[in-house]
Amino acid sequence: MQVKFRVKRYDPDADRPVAHYDEFELEMTESNTVLDGLIRIREEMDGTLALRCSCRSAICGSCAMRINGQAGLACNTLVIHAMPKDGGPIIVEPAGNLEVQKDLIVDFAPFWSKVRDVQPWLQPEGPEPETEYLAPADAMQHLTGVTACIMCGACVSDCTVLNVDDNFLGPAALAKAYRFVGDPRDDADDARLGALNEYGGVWDCTRCMQCVEVCPKGVDPMGRIMALRDRAMEAGYVNTTGARHANAFAESVEHSGWLDETKLVVKSHGMTNFKEMLKLVPVGLRAMKARKMPPLVHKSIPGVENVQRVFEKVEHRQDD
Amino acid sequence: MYSHDVLIIGAGLAGMRAALSAAENGADVAVISKVHPVRSHSNAAQGGINAALEHAGDDWRDHAYDTVKGSDYLGDQDAIEIMCREAGSEVIQMEHYGVTFSRDEEGRLGTRAFGGQGKARTFFVADFTGQALLHVLYEQIMRAGVRVYEEWFVLDLIVEDGECAGAVVMEIRSGEIHVIRSKAVIMAAGGLGRVFEPSTNALICTGDGMGLAYRAGASLMDMEMVQYHPTTLKGSGVLITEGARGEGAHLLNSEGERFMKRYAPNMMELASRDVVSRAEQTEINEGRGVDGCVFLDMRHLGERVIRERLTQILDIARDFANVNLLEEPVPIRPGMHYQMGGIKTDIDGQTQLPGLYAAGEVACVSVHGGNRLGANSLLDTLVFGRRSGVHAAEVAKSKSHGSVDDTAADSQKANIQRLLDNEQNGGDMFGQIRQDMGGAMNEHLAVYRNQAGMETALDTVRQLRERYRSVYVPDKGKTWNTNLVFTLELGFMLDCAESVALSAIERKESRGAHTREDFPERDDENWLKHILVTHTEDGPALSEQAVVITQWEPQVRSY
Repeated sequence: MQVKFRVKRYDPDADRPVAHYDEFELEMTESNTVLDGLIRIREEMDGTLALRCSCRSAICGSCAMRINGQAGLACNTLVIHAMPKDGGPIIVEPAGNLEVQKDLIVDFAPFWSKVRDVQPWLQPEGPEPETEYLAPADAMQHLTGVTACIMCGACVSDCTVLNVDDNFLGPAALAKAYRFVGDPRDDADDARLGALNEYGGVWDCTRCMQCVEVCPKGVDPMGRIMALRDRAMEAGYVNTTGARHANAFAESVEHSGWLDETKLVVKSHGMTNFKEMLKLVPVGLRAMKARKMPPLVHKSIPGVENVQRVFEKVEHRQDD
Repeated sequence: MYSHDVLIIGAGLAGMRAALSAAENGADVAVISKVHPVRSHSNAAQGGINAALEHAGDDWRDHAYDTVKGSDYLGDQDAIEIMCREAGSEVIQMEHYGVTFSRDEEGRLGTRAFGGQGKARTFFVADFTGQALLHVLYEQIMRAGVRVYEEWFVLDLIVEDGECAGAVVMEIRSGEIHVIRSKAVIMAAGGLGRVFEPSTNALICTGDGMGLAYRAGASLMDMEMVQYHPTTLKGSGVLITEGARGEGAHLLNSEGERFMKRYAPNMMELASRDVVSRAEQTEINEGRGVDGCVFLDMRHLGERVIRERLTQILDIARDFANVNLLEEPVPIRPGMHYQMGGIKTDIDGQTQLPGLYAAGEVACVSVHGGNRLGANSLLDTLVFGRRSGVHAAEVAKSKSHGSVDDTAADSQKANIQRLLDNEQNGGDMFGQIRQDMGGAMNEHLAVYRNQAGMETALDTVRQLRERYRSVYVPDKGKTWNTNLVFTLELGFMLDCAESVALSAIERKESRGAHTREDFPERDDENWLKHILVTHTEDGPALSEQAVVITQWEPQVRSY
């Protein structure tokens, strides 16, 4: 079958470097991948096309790029799945949120620097045992879900927070952090969780699910970030905007069956945080003007006791 | 010019293990790799790492015997003894570094069965053990603050007064050429899989390390011993782990028969890789295959075992063969997987070129001999990576830098300019030459070999060398000129291909992975010895060396 590719190009060595698209058409089979196509383009049609790739089996993490606008590995994406139904070309672009160096190659230095920031190495306390550390089988099995991460950067490419805030550690580095917080052999949880509560850490995720969607290895970075939030709050890191917000949210629903938005805002920022309160005045005024101001008197919903029973049940289950 | 005590080429398991041990022994270490360390091909090792843990009731001598027998008695037994004796402490060290090895119910390290071994002694992380080890070693490299020149390509080794004194390198991103001088160089650049097409190996496995060392004067050994893995997917040649058979998967022919009972009645699917690959190829050749394949059946293992312990291959079968392993067998066939041979070293990684060490797949100690046991390759990288690092760091302490300067790069700069100046008029791009080489090697140097076929392959390789002289590099830019890098890699690949074919033609017997239709028997009287290839001005020269036997005399080999 004929397969069309529309590939984003950028050559910094050109006289006037400017990003553009080139189209290629190839005869391919149903078992071919997008990477097979790109390799044939660079070997048979245009030897200047630059991309990273190596293992061809979704384990080295080299070939993350945007395919039809969404990040993924070129090596495990079959062309028959990537070909648009309207007969248009498969659009191939470099990964997002990282600077393009040439064609499909992006600068991974900021990616690795953020990974390094979470001190990603095992930090046990005390002398090493003579043999292996004893560790529960299910805890280690659980960790294989996150150690399966191949650091391809697909999640970072499509992270909607990184798109607006470079300071965010990002899904890959945070998933890596979870790998150590979740490791029964690691004794640095407190320091790790403290650092992850800072600006750029776990509370900056907006839970858009994009990283979960694009991860080619089922690592579930967002799930790991949420687990880190829980661990941080359990460890006593409750005095951050994020933690207060989470607690206020739950308290409100448990108390009245629905969200008291006015109180939520005040509690999240801290009762005495007048500076942040003042910043919210214009928001309040705009809400009033649009008739979206929450009611000043917050009443419980009918049947609130049912909601409270749900809370009791859930909390009871967690204690088991 | 850059300067370090110890320069390590390659950042897979062997390279990073060497870097850590050299750094721990006080050396100023740098690692150079053409890809970021976690992109290295050690990633692809799925099944596990062997070790006889004494506190778990195993004995390293049993592991050593299995390895000697697996090697078809071509392995050097002094080196095998060292590898198996140090295996336990190396696995424990990796566990302490943070590897999330699978556990048993008591929380101790769990094992799975692997081929050619009398006992289950393979430690594993699901079916991505290599990746788990590689990422943990990279974590330790970060912790130790080792300098990594990542995405830099090595063009040449510098030899001064008969000693290796550094390397000429190219930063791929900028195209700039630099000199790195060092008191010792450890070659850990991996295998040559792409010399064959198809192969389970990553695209980066182009034999650079073997080619570099060979050109610099170190000999290559056991190059005829090329492992065809019994379970690779048709087409792409993607690997399906031996761990699947370790967990109990069956091999079936077109009649649904577990044919291994006719070839290895005791070990069945868990015989040595050479034995299983030959059995499969025989079934296929005799008409009991389908479409050039036999089948690997995992259905009876149950969903939980497959999902927890064989996660990756469940995805691989789905993505690359459109097969659901829970419901149907997957078609597989023998595929080029591993080079047992490589740069000849001693038990401390020293090559014949003073100052140059080698470890991992690029090296030949020789612990694998004629056939490597599954899950011994990861072990080889760690044990001999560590030993090389320790030795090199020690030697570097009592040595000063030579008089190497930036002029060492001159001939490489000229060579690259010559490549870039080649006109297109009729010259091939690297891809066509590589395809022709890979096809010839896979046709004539695969599971079954014979004189005429191997000579055809050698002729083809020599003709391709001629075509390579006028190879055309279409990219003339400096930034990320990957076409130039691939073209340079092809030069190393041609050296490797020639060495493999020459050694294979030389060995007139069948041993391990080297099976000749014209010499079907093992011949201990004449061929219980290694074949070495050395680079000379008149071309490759062959020589021989005795196999080291300590306590296991050659016996008839059956499984």
